[in-house]
Amino acid sequence: MSTRPRSQRRKYGLTSKRVEQLSPSGIRRFFDLLASMEEVISLGVGEPDFVTPWHIREAAIYSLEKGYTMYTSNLGMPELRQELSRYLRDNYELGYNPDSELLITVGVSEGLDLAMRAIVNTGDEVIMPDPCYVSYSPCVILAGGTPIMVPTSEENNFEISAADIEARVTSKTKAILIGNPANPTGAVIPKDKLLPIADIARRHKLLVICDEIYAKLIYGVEHTCLATLPEMKESTILLSGFSKAYAMTGWRIGYAAASAEVIASMTKIHQYTMMCAPIMVQVAAIEALKSGDASVAEMVEEYNQRRLIIVQGLNNIGLSCFEPRGAFYAFPSIKSTGMTSEEFAENLLIEEKVAVVPGTAFGQCGEGYVRCCYATSLADIEEALSRMKRFVDRHKK
Amino acid sequence: MIKDILKILENDARTTTKQISTMTGTPSTEVAKLIKQAEKDRTILKYKTIVNWEKVGEEQVLALIEVKITPERDVGFDSIAERIYRFPQARSVYLLSGTYDLAVLVIGKTMHEVADFVSQKLAPLEGLQGTVTHFMLKRYKEDGEILEGKEEVKRQPVIL
Repeated sequence: MSTRPRSQRRKYGLTSKRVEQLSPSGIRRFFDLLASMEEVISLGVGEPDFVTPWHIREAAIYSLEKGYTMYTSNLGMPELRQELSRYLRDNYELGYNPDSELLITVGVSEGLDLAMRAIVNTGDEVIMPDPCYVSYSPCVILAGGTPIMVPTSEENNFEISAADIEARVTSKTKAILIGNPANPTGAVIPKDKLLPIADIARRHKLLVICDEIYAKLIYGVEHTCLATLPEMKESTILLSGFSKAYAMTGWRIGYAAASAEVIASMTKIHQYTMMCAPIMVQVAAIEALKSGDASVAEMVEEYNQRRLIIVQGLNNIGLSCFEPRGAFYAFPSIKSTGMTSEEFAENLLIEEKVAVVPGTAFGQCGEGYVRCCYATSLADIEEALSRMKRFVDRHKK
Repeated sequence: MIKDILKILENDARTTTKQISTMTGTPSTEVAKLIKQAEKDRTILKYKTIVNWEKVGEEQVLALIEVKITPERDVGFDSIAERIYRFPQARSVYLLSGTYDLAVLVIGKTMHEVADFVSQKLAPLEGLQGTVTHFMLKRYKEDGEILEGKEEVKRQPVIL
């Protein structure tokens, strides 16, 4: 029993209200269950199954031997920014000034957080698709903004439509946030669908934050970088990095490319909270940009073969799956089983020891779907498919 | 198309026709036909397995033999290379640029067996100026596969 008078008791909890309103991961129970099991084939991962190419690792090791152990400029090493500037020019014909329009971040995750905190005023709205990557909405909330979800559906290839965006634009709208290609769906928004989105941004003077971390993992279609669209370079915050294409997830390095004004603002937060990305990781990133193209091409070819196998396999066992054109995820519908996404994932794990991620982890519109990552060996994909077939046959409604 | 198929098979000869069909977007019947053709015209020479014999306690002696030869009129190195590669003991035979001409890879059960082959079969051949035999001490990597300490994927089971 507290002896303190009621008036002196703490008014709020120990943690901030802003953090408390973030919904805890709804699939915690699923993760705990998974952690307790052995011999699980996991299609639940979100990273390559390749180890970082040796030439990139070797560059980092050499940098340590040479004593690269200090801070770098807040923006990142000049050589890395120059390489990046060259890379963006060669790949997209985009001219970013390495001294003012590029910032090296600790992964796209940090870049996204910085971007949101740099542009959002309390109460500002940021429009994004549902389903989308798990950190989009929390980053907006932590910055004091309000995420506005735009439902997307399999019928429209999970592409966010310009009309749906426009219907949600208000006086408080600050920005549009999209991932292209998208996690969890693998959808790639084609140029003709991006143009009207760019048009909305221009007309309503909105910023567009584009997460293009999967831009290099593209199969049989062309990827359009949003910043390349007419008059869009100034109002786009391009976020990308090295994790997926160069198999460097654990290194934690990415970048932001935007107008000097936005980069200066993001850099302020970065310098007070992160200082800089680790120097040996930046050295590795330079090597990746300079001579990583061949390794990327090899990995993309393998992903593509696995993609074709898993998409056809899922369709064959009765989990209809639209064709993902980017990233390394398939996003099949599990509606034929009559289960919810979470039930499906949990039962599949218990009965057949295959891990997939419930679509609802990525938003309400993910209900009825699960995310299957095909960045795993062909043998494991085949085995997972045959286990899933048994499971689906047993539960088909 | 055949190049894509060959690349898949070179990486894993056990990939099924059906899998290759899906992976390349080619009908199964077409894949089967192309593979058959490639086997027939010896584009595909053989399907084999890379084995780490040490795992089953099988000793193997591998030697790389440098061979210096005098090229013959009209046929150059080819005729003497043929005399060598016809021996089943010669696992691989290459013509090289540099200080010697042919590299011959020999596999035997014992050092003795390899030595016998070199001294009795190879060295006495007409046109041979000399041989240098290097016995292999350790295999680290074979056809792109690391034998010991291959890197495991160290991933968390679920990452969003």
